[in-house]
Amino acid sequence: MSIKNYVRLEFQSLPENVSFARSCVGSFASQIDCTLEEIEEIKLVVSEAVSNSIIHGYDNRTNEKIFVMVTIADDRCLEIMVEDRGKGIADVKQAMEPTYSSDETRMGLGFTFMKSFMDDMEVISSPGEGTIVKMRRTFMSHEKEAYA
Amino acid sequence: MDIEMKQVRNTLIVKLKGELDMQVADKLRKELDKKLENEKIENLIINLGKVTFIDSSGLGVIIGRYKKVSSRKGKMYIVGANPSVEKILVFCGINKLVPIYGSEQDIINI
Repeated sequence: MSIKNYVRLEFQSLPENVSFARSCVGSFASQIDCTLEEIEEIKLVVSEAVSNSIIHGYDNRTNEKIFVMVTIADDRCLEIMVEDRGKGIADVKQAMEPTYSSDETRMGLGFTFMKSFMDDMEVISSPGEGTIVKMRRTFMSHEKEAYA
Repeated sequence: MDIEMKQVRNTLIVKLKGELDMQVADKLRKELDKKLENEKIENLIINLGKVTFIDSSGLGVIIGRYKKVSSRKGKMYIVGANPSVEKILVFCGINKLVPIYGSEQDIINI
């Protein structure tokens, strides 16, 4: 896999940085030949992952750090990694179930969106050790689609 | 996010503008609940015409208000959602609980 470009962000766990993070990643992802609809899906999954870090990882504490790394590989593959150093998840499998949420106001949809709009998703977490969410999506070529 | 509220008889019409995420969800939830608890409101129309983004925090506010409104036998509608916002609403099945219409006029014409 050859890395074409990458960006690494580090920011404070403030709610206003959720829109900052998704806008940055959406803008970076537009270097791939993908549709506006696909960019919107990428922005959504970043929003969910960063919101999870603030709400669940840090229990809404605003003075913590969140790290986002985005890589474009092999021209068409986008990899996103969102990391926090928060409280971690005891049962990752349970947390990823569609109806599960420790916060009833968000319906437990965050991981559902991430799984649905990305090709692969991996959550690495344990109590007290923070959480890393890795997601990958390969976009089809719209150039070929246009000629099909 | 701009929140504009207008009450027409027993219906609260809420026009939202901007991005509906965790940064604004709590404020929106509190403002809607204050109105729903203090005024004689039966029905709720949420106009998403100028909402450019929604995630699970925003969806949670909508579902939570649907539960409140329906528990009082009221009705709730969403109007004007742009295609990308409507796609998310349909994806998570909110449209099965809260009908989505093109405009407020469409609801009056039902």
